[in-house]
Amino acid sequence: MSFFKKLFGVGQSRQTAKERLQLVLIHDRADISPEVMENLRRDLIAVISTYMEIDDSNIELDLEREDRSVALVASIPIRNVRRNAKVADKGQ
Amino acid sequence: MERVIVLTSGKGGVGKTTTTANLAMALARAGHKVVAIDADIGLRNLDVVLGLENRIVYSLVDVVDGACRLKQALVKDKRVENLFLLPAAQTRTKDAVRPDQMKALCDELRADFDFVLVDSPAGIEGGFQNAASGADEALVVTTPDMSAVRDADRIIGMLESLDKHPIRLIVNRLRPNMVREGNMLDVSDVLDILAIDLIGVVPEDDNVVTSTNKGEPLTLNSISPAARAFDNISRRLVGEEVPFLEVDDMTSGGFMARIRRALGLKG
Repeated sequence: MSFFKKLFGVGQSRQTAKERLQLVLIHDRADISPEVMENLRRDLIAVISTYMEIDDSNIELDLEREDRSVALVASIPIRNVRRNAKVADKGQ
Repeated sequence: MERVIVLTSGKGGVGKTTTTANLAMALARAGHKVVAIDADIGLRNLDVVLGLENRIVYSLVDVVDGACRLKQALVKDKRVENLFLLPAAQTRTKDAVRPDQMKALCDELRADFDFVLVDSPAGIEGGFQNAASGADEALVVTTPDMSAVRDADRIIGMLESLDKHPIRLIVNRLRPNMVREGNMLDVSDVLDILAIDLIGVVPEDDNVVTSTNKGEPLTLNSISPAARAFDNISRRLVGEEVPFLEVDDMTSGGFMARIRRALGLKG
C-alpha cells in the first residue's frame, strides 16, 4: 500500500484518524478528568522539587500512545539541581 | 429462542433506523416472526423507513399507559408475513416510558415473536437506557468516522455495564473507494479500536436514500450492495456462517483494486 501511496500521492488521513482516535479513547476510557491530571501534576512537582529546582510553568504532562502501549509522558524543565538533594533524601 | 436485540450507536445519523428496518425485513422474509420497536419517542422515524406511517393508530406509549392493548398497537406489514411495527409516540417525550415498563413490554413480546428489534434513540441518556432495558443483546451501529467511532466506544462501555451479551458491531456507510485511497478508517481499524465482534459491513449505497423515499427497505426486494450486506447480517444473526465482503467486492472494483489484487496486495 505504501508503494501506491508514494506513487500516486493519495491521502493518509486514515492513519491520522486512527492514531487520533486511539489517543482520544485513552482519555475517554480512563476517564481521567482534567482535575485528576492537575492533581497528578501538582504532586509530581512537589516530589521532584525536593530534589531539583524545576520550571513548573513549563511542565508538559500527557498520556501518549506508543505502538500498543500507553505512556505517561512528562517533560519537566530543570533549572538547577539542589546540591544537598541526596543528603536531604537520607535525612528523611 | 426468542431474542430481544437493541440497535444503538451513541451518535445520531449513522443509520440505526435504516439498519433496524432492513434487518427486521430480512429476518421476516427468512420466515422469522419479527417486531421492530421504535424506541425513539418524540422523534419517530422507523414507521417512515418501513413505509408503515399511514397505518399507525396507537403507539408504544399508549400501550404502556394502558390506553390500548399491545396487539392493538402492533402494525402488521402487508408486504411480508411475520413483520410488525410497534411505533413510537410522536407527541410525547423520551421520559414517557420507564425502563421497567420497557422491560415488561419486551418480555410480553417474547411470547409471540422470534425477534424483537429495538431501535434506540441517539445519545446516552434516558432514551437509550429505556431502549436497552428490555434487551438481551446489542448491535452497535457506527460509521467509519472519528466522532461515530468515539461515541460507539462510549455506548459499548455502557452496554457492557448493563450486561448485554453479545454486543456486536455493524460498520455502516463504508466508502470502499476512500478506504482504498487511505482516506477512510477501514473495518480493521475500527475493530482494532473498539475490540468487539463484527457482524457486518454495509457499504455506502445511494439505493438507501431511494428506498427510504419509497418506504421500502432494501431487503424487501433489492439486490443492491447495501441490501446484500443487510441480508448477510440477518443471516449471521441466526447463526449462519456468511463470509464478509472484502472492500474490493463492495463495488465493481476499480483499476487500482485490480492492480493490487494482481500484485497480491489485497486490502
